[in-house]
Amino acid sequence: MPLSVLAVDDSRTMREMLRLALTEAGFDVSLAEDGEHGLEVLAGMAPNVIVTDINMPKMDGFGFIEGVRRSAEHRVTPILVLTTESAPELKMRAKNAGATGWIVKPFDKDKLVDAIKRVAA
Amino acid sequence: MDSMAEIKQTFFQECDDLLGELETGLIDMEGGDGDCETVAAIFRAVHSIKGGAGAFGLDKLVAFAHIFETTLDEVRADRLEATPEVLSVLLRSSDVLADLVRAAQNDEELGDDATAGLVEELSAFVGDKAGAADEAPAGGEDISFAPLGTAIDLDDAFGDLDDVEENQSFTIKFRPMPELYANANETVLLFRNLAQMGDVTVACDESQIPTLDEIDPEGAYLAWTIIVHTSHSKDELLEIFEFVEDDCTLEITSEEPSDDADEPELADDEALPVEEESPPAKADRAPDEAASGDDVASEDNVVSLVEKKEKPAAKEQASKEKDTSDATIRVNLGRIDRLVNLVGELVINQAMLTQGVIDAGLERGDSVEAGLEELKQLTREIQDSVMAIRAQPVKALFQRMSRIVREAARATEKSVHLVMEGEMTEVDKTVVERLADPLTHMIRNAVDHGLEKAETRIANGKPAEGTVSLTAAHRSGRVVIEVSDDGAGINRERVRNIAIEKGLISEEDKLSDSDIDNLLFMPGFSTVEKVSNLSGRGVGMDVVKRAIQAVGGRIMISSQPGKGSTFSISLPLTLAILDGMVVEVADQTLVVPLTAIVETLKPTPSDTHELGAGSKVISIRGEFIPVIDAGLTMGYRAEPADPLTGVVLSVETEDGARAAVIVDTIQDQRQVVIKSLEENYGHVDSVAAATILGDGRIALILDVDAIIAREGEALSFHENSLAATG
Repeated sequence: MPLSVLAVDDSRTMREMLRLALTEAGFDVSLAEDGEHGLEVLAGMAPNVIVTDINMPKMDGFGFIEGVRRSAEHRVTPILVLTTESAPELKMRAKNAGATGWIVKPFDKDKLVDAIKRVAA
Repeated sequence: MDSMAEIKQTFFQECDDLLGELETGLIDMEGGDGDCETVAAIFRAVHSIKGGAGAFGLDKLVAFAHIFETTLDEVRADRLEATPEVLSVLLRSSDVLADLVRAAQNDEELGDDATAGLVEELSAFVGDKAGAADEAPAGGEDISFAPLGTAIDLDDAFGDLDDVEENQSFTIKFRPMPELYANANETVLLFRNLAQMGDVTVACDESQIPTLDEIDPEGAYLAWTIIVHTSHSKDELLEIFEFVEDDCTLEITSEEPSDDADEPELADDEALPVEEESPPAKADRAPDEAASGDDVASEDNVVSLVEKKEKPAAKEQASKEKDTSDATIRVNLGRIDRLVNLVGELVINQAMLTQGVIDAGLERGDSVEAGLEELKQLTREIQDSVMAIRAQPVKALFQRMSRIVREAARATEKSVHLVMEGEMTEVDKTVVERLADPLTHMIRNAVDHGLEKAETRIANGKPAEGTVSLTAAHRSGRVVIEVSDDGAGINRERVRNIAIEKGLISEEDKLSDSDIDNLLFMPGFSTVEKVSNLSGRGVGMDVVKRAIQAVGGRIMISSQPGKGSTFSISLPLTLAILDGMVVEVADQTLVVPLTAIVETLKPTPSDTHELGAGSKVISIRGEFIPVIDAGLTMGYRAEPADPLTGVVLSVETEDGARAAVIVDTIQDQRQVVIKSLEENYGHVDSVAAATILGDGRIALILDVDAIIAREGEALSFHENSLAATG
């Protein structure tokens, strides 16, 4: 069974890049456009790992991570934050919200894949 | 095209959207309509452009987006007030950002001078915060770890011990806090990763596990001491703990652990078989769950596994629902055009079928006839739907114009307010694209020539700030785009004098106000004595008019002295299908575009007047309209037809010139599919295009403007002499 990954990013470009990178790595990829959409998609799936952006309309990454952690089903799903924000306080906020790890954009394809494997149970 | 090139294309398309959002947001803020969500949205727009640009190594774009984003972040955090000065800089920054995107798209380099000034201005707003531009890419290097194996081969680990003399030994003391597990980190995965770096020995400290009734299922009670023999550095080992270092106590030392009593689990590290405590044994569970022996938790795991298997169908369902609600797909334009073409063929085929049924002489009310009527209806609906795919809101085009206004206002030192309405009005994609140049020129003209200088405006009791409005609306099956200004209006005396000076008209010519306004569209006419660097650019209104006509549009002027001018562009909704009147001329079938026809009539003998040399005019409600014999003009016959035996189509061109076109009979009024004659045959004067009729014959579509223009000189002569005598 390939690892399934949900990638949440409001940028079409980023979603396409994530889809490409992750499918090439053999993952089963689902995509969502913002936090709200992400939670909707999660209602119908159980990914092994979630990768999410922070700055998004409707519901940002922090809200999304908190939402995931609140749900009984996805409470223990690893969440990697993918963001251009490298400021320590933002990492801290993401962590406090429940993020498992973080990757700073622009991401290196291999490193992203490794990071996903690294946190995937 | 490879995948990355495709994504890059997506990036530039997304940039267009984001730049549009950015500009709209900034303009809203300028107009006092911006709230914190507006600021957040514009920040996100620049942020996303920066993110994508970083992925494609567009360094200049990243650098500028970074300082721009930093400034917006200051505004977002209320540390920088969005004063008019700040907004002006932000708006110009959005223009430059757009330039940088464009340059990147065209693989061009924008000179540093294009950004330097603004970078300085933006830096002044944010102070030293701007310096972190390279932080993001550098951060990308944070993650570095070796590929994973599936389990730790501890036998090998021991076997290799002797061979790794050059390796260093590290002792890692690791005690997770509950937060580590709460954030879905797994200690067992950390051990797996460590095992990839060398040989590991793991010992677990279970001493903190409380009694069962005291145990908190979300607590963290285990600690580990891990000895790693590795050629990797301490920093590399630390990287493995990157995500968890704040959620645990971690100590990495390069010495062997001491034999102190406070390390009971390693008191006899040779004797302690690592296997017993080895992570794989517990790999499938969170360590604290394993430790607590909580069977309920294990059952939960089972349940969730079963659920996982059931989910894919639900997942598809969910994504499908999302798709139909607001998702879009990108489709190659070629495919849509093929569909448009096929629908065109379908329309022709349906017309042929109708003709065939008529020829077969079926009875009225026959089921074939009813079915055919339904087919006609469906064809029409398919056609409308396909056309709607090609339709795009004029919003993006309008947004570009706000920049043009800003630049024109700066260049002319005028204060200008742009009002836009009807941005969501949809027009065919090609029409939208081809409108950009003419609209740019019209907007520049409105600012440059239309609006007065502030002093003049104040002296005339107008507000110092001039208003240019750009509106779009649907009007009787066409789209009307208007550019108006509240300036001085057209100086008709000056226009007339220039036209005389340039020999376009003679001093004796008597022209109506509208005639004079329309002189602006004549080739070679320019109201500016010296070409300004703004409106000039070698493009006159005649070029604007031609560009609009090329997409089947018409342009009209109306102007009121002292109050301003309005240029209206009327456009067809589609370029593929035309509502036409099918007429017969000397046994030939022609199609006359319905939009050009004002009325049809059967003239009486008293309506027609000879004007010498075979020229005729028809009087329609007291107005004399020159007669054009379609048969003669098209070369179908040598002798002029008698207007009294035929039908007269009163037609009007874009600029309001009228003519009475004589045809023999009117056959039908229907939609025809436009087939380019240029592409399939060659250019024919007086013919706009061709179409295929229901019976399979080709019919030419008359170019009303061209035939009137061809007769132009004679016509204007007639008009003038009539005006002079009548």
